[in-house]
Parts: sequence; structure tokens; C-alpha cells
Amino acid sequence: MSTDSQQNDHHSPVLEFKSSTFSVPVLVLVSNDAITIEQQLQGKIHLAPEFFKNSPLVFDLQELNKHDLDIDVTELINIIRKLGLLPIGIRGGAAQQNQQALELGIPVHSGHSTAVSSGTQKQQTPEPEAATPEPQVVAETATLITHPVRSGQRIYASGDLIILAQVSAGAEIMAEGNIHVYGSLRGRALAGVQGNTEARIFCSDLQAELISIAGNYKISEDLNGAVLNQPVQIYLQNHTLVIKDI
Amino acid sequence: MARIIVVTSGKGGVGKTTTSAAIAMGLAKKGHKTAVIDFDVGLRNLDLIMGCERRVVYDFVNVINGEASLNQALIRDKNCNLLYILPASQTRDKDALSQEGVGKILDELKKEFKYIVCDSPAGIEKGAHLAMYFADDAFIVTNPEVSSVRDSDRMLGILSSKSRRAEQNEEPIREYLLLSRYSPDRVKLGEMLSVDDVQEILSLHLLGVIPESKSVLNASNSGTPVILDEKSDAGQAYADIVARYLGEDRPHRFIDEKKGLFGKLFGGK
Ligand SMILES: Nc1ncnc2c1ncn2[C@@H]1O[C@H](COP(=O)(O)OP(=O)(O)OP(=O)(O)O)[C@@H](O)[C@H]1O
Ligand SMILES: [Mg+2]
Repeated sequence: MSTDSQQNDHHSPVLEFKSSTFSVPVLVLVSNDAITIEQQLQGKIHLAPEFFKNSPLVFDLQELNKHDLDIDVTELINIIRKLGLLPIGIRGGAAQQNQQALELGIPVHSGHSTAVSSGTQKQQTPEPEAATPEPQVVAETATLITHPVRSGQRIYASGDLIILAQVSAGAEIMAEGNIHVYGSLRGRALAGVQGNTEARIFCSDLQAELISIAGNYKISEDLNGAVLNQPVQIYLQNHTLVIKDI
Repeated sequence: MARIIVVTSGKGGVGKTTTSAAIAMGLAKKGHKTAVIDFDVGLRNLDLIMGCERRVVYDFVNVINGEASLNQALIRDKNCNLLYILPASQTRDKDALSQEGVGKILDELKKEFKYIVCDSPAGIEKGAHLAMYFADDAFIVTNPEVSSVRDSDRMLGILSSKSRRAEQNEEPIREYLLLSRYSPDRVKLGEMLSVDDVQEILSLHLLGVIPESKSVLNASNSGTPVILDEKSDAGQAYADIVARYLGEDRPHRFIDEKKGLFGKLFGGK
């Protein structure tokens, strides 16, 4: 981006263009299989959930197009967004793919460019994904879900979240407040996602892939046999997750 | 009222097409006028399993594009005159189907048919999306292994949020579990998930268990849906499934291992 818009106006300028360089993760795809992409991307995010949360991302289709592998850009963008990342650019796309991206408000980057404008608006909270069972509002601050939350679905509640069914492996439930699951919890549960360290997770059968309160998390490997498959509550004490039976 | 049934799974090769052919035939044999549609544009193998591949003139895409009428494209089954097949195109790419086009054809079919069975392609992309979008009922075909179960779970999530019924806030799609290629011996050896395991993970109504069976291959080689092989275990399993779907109460079979001669002689479990 250049600064050629500087003209001597009568009024004092209220804005200016600056060229600046950002470091943005680039997602280079070598397969067009949506399921695998999603699974592997999810796996990566899993390793560093806080780093990836709301992270901008440029996706690169050059390898795919080199091998004549077509990919549905709309679907790809949906997957990226669903996983909580914010796609801000396409690179190495074919004309039609670029067009598809543009229609969804994703800028097209030429292969060598590294500067990325921060023009995309950053969402403070991840939007509740379209692919979620219909939430019903219980009280002002609680969201009630009565259907199973399936693999690939994501639920976000700005208050407490109460789920009367199971949460499948591969599903993710997030709440700014507490989380209650009255079924098997096999997916990922993140309470206090905006930093509320008082938030707790309650579940009747703990088999979770990940549990987190205010960013402090444990993955399934960290869960010992004594709490697995048990009704438990999870809370924070001195920045450590405590899992207690109830 | 006509009902649209989607046969879907997420994972490929689990038995969707086998199931679509069998249950469509089963419903027609029970006296219900039934159409079965191949949504697997580009691959096309429902017509092989139905044994009508040589009679395909027009296909699904021709009808959507207005190049043929529905009646021109529908093929009447050779074994049952209440059953019709709408074949997929082998030559087009998957973008040839549009939601609007599919919706129009289904609306037209609903006027004439009691059941419309949609054989979904694998995956969760456009073809699979279109196959399930208009469904009233979903038959989730799952094999007793972790990856298949996980993909089914995934598909269930999509059914409950991205289908027409979900989008229009109507009563949700009715979901049924069909556990296919089940082999009690391998379950016993710990090589496969058991019926209970799968139900525990998916918490879904079990419509039936279809055993792993050689009769399926024989049936597809001869171009007759396996349900017509009434002596075969898989054929009987599909007959049970159709009967249960239509409201009959039949006990589940093919869940326990076959007793060998030894077991038969000495009885007990
Ligand atoms: N119960 C069964 N016992 C043994 N073999 C089976 C059984 N069901 C299906 N098969 C075999 O598995 C293979 C895949 O079956 P089928 O084509 O019905 O699956 P599909 O889910 O439609 O696959 P695709 O995802 O490619 O469309 C075929 O070779 C079929 O003969
Ligand atoms: Mg098939």
C-alpha cells in the first residue's frame, strides 16, 4: 500500500495511509479433502488454542492448483471460520476461486505479497456458528441446548451454557460463564472464555477431549482414571484446574 | 404425504448405495410407490446395483437442465413395477446439481411417489448436502469402526443444522441408525465396535443391524438389490429394517455371533 493519497487539502487530515507489515499465518493446502483439512486444522488449533483463537489467516491454494485439485472456496472459508479463525486473504487461487473469495469479503493476495491490511474487523467474541442446534434462552444469562451437540458443531454462550444431551467428540462448547452438561462430555468444553476465573464446568460423565477455564486447560491425556467417566465439577484454584467428583 | 429419505454417512464405502437399493425395493415390494435417486454425480453406481445400467438414457442432471422430462429419465425397475430409478450422470461434474433444481424435481416426485430415497455421495460437500437438504427422514449408515462413527456424528450435526427443516424451524429430520457390515465375531475379538458402543457414542434410534455378508457382493454382481435374496442374512436384515421403518415391531437380529456346530449341539451362550 503506498502513500500517494497525500494531497494538500484545505482541511487538516483526519487520516493517513501507512504501509506496514504484519505477520499472519498462511495455511498452505496440499489436499482438497474438506473433512481431512478440517480435522487436521482442528488438530493444529488444539495444540495452541489461545494462539489460534480469532487469529487472522491467509490461505494458499497454489499447491492445489498446481496439481489441478479443485476446492470449494466457500466451504473452505466456512471451515476456517467455524474453527474460530478469521480468513483475511486468499493466495494462489484460480480466477473463479478468487471471485468466490471476494464475494465473501476475502481479499485476493498476489503470490509474493506479505503486507496484509488489518482492515478486517476483529470480532470480540466468536460468532455462534450456524451449525448449532437451536439454542433456547432460559434466563437472561443462560443458554439451554436440548439436542446432542455433534462432532463439528460449535456453541458459544455469552452467559451460562446448559446442555441436556451429550457433547460428541469433535464438538466444542464455549461459555463466558459456567457450563453444565447432563450427558456424556466427549468434546471440548471451555468455560470463562472471556477470562472469568470463577467459571466452572459441571458434567455428569467426563470423557472430554479438552476442558478449559479462563484459558487454563487440560487435554484428555491429562485426565486421570479416577475422574474419567465420572460426574465431576471443574474449577480453578491458583491457576490450576481442579477436578472433583460431585 | 410423500416422505423423502436420505441415506447418508459422511464416510465413503460404508454401504449407502447397497442400502438405498435395498430399502427402496423393500418399500416398493410392500406396495408403496417409490423412487430412488442417485446423487453421486460423476460416479454413478446405483444403476449398476439396480441392474438397469443399460437402460439409462437420461439422467438427473438432464432433468435439472430441462433437457429431459422426469418421466423420460425415470427407469422402471425390472423386478417391481412400483419402483423407479433416477440415475446420476457419469459425465458431469458435481456442480451440475443446484439446490433449486433438486428442490423442483423432488416437489414433482412428491406428487407421484410415496417414498423418495436419496442415495447420498460420501463426504459432506455439495452432493451430500443436496441429498440431505430436503429430507424428512435420514438413514445414517455406519460401520462399526471409530472413523465411520465419527463421520456419522458429523453428518448428524449437519442434518440438525443445515437441512431445510432446520433452516425453516420445522420439526427436525427423523434420524435412524443402520449399523452395516457388522460382524459379531470380530466384535468379540475386539476388532470392531459393538452395537452398544456405537449407540452409546451416537445416541440414536437403531433401525437395524446388517451383517457383513457375501450375499451383498453376489447381489450387486447380478444387479438385484440384496433384499430380494430372501434367504440371505443381509436380505433379511434389510427386510426387517423396512418393516420397522413402516412401524412393525421386530426383534433385532444378527447382533450375536453365529453358533457353530459346537454351539448348536451344546446350546447356551
Ligand atoms: N453388508 C455388507 N456385507 C459385505 N459387503 C458389503 C456390505 N454392504 C456393502 N458392502 C460392500 O461394500 C462396498 C461399498 O458399498 P456401497 O457402494 O453400498 O457403499 P457406499 O457407501 O454407497 O459407497 P460410496 O461412499 O462410494 O458411495 C461394496 O463393495 C459393497 O459390496
Ligand atoms: Mg454409493
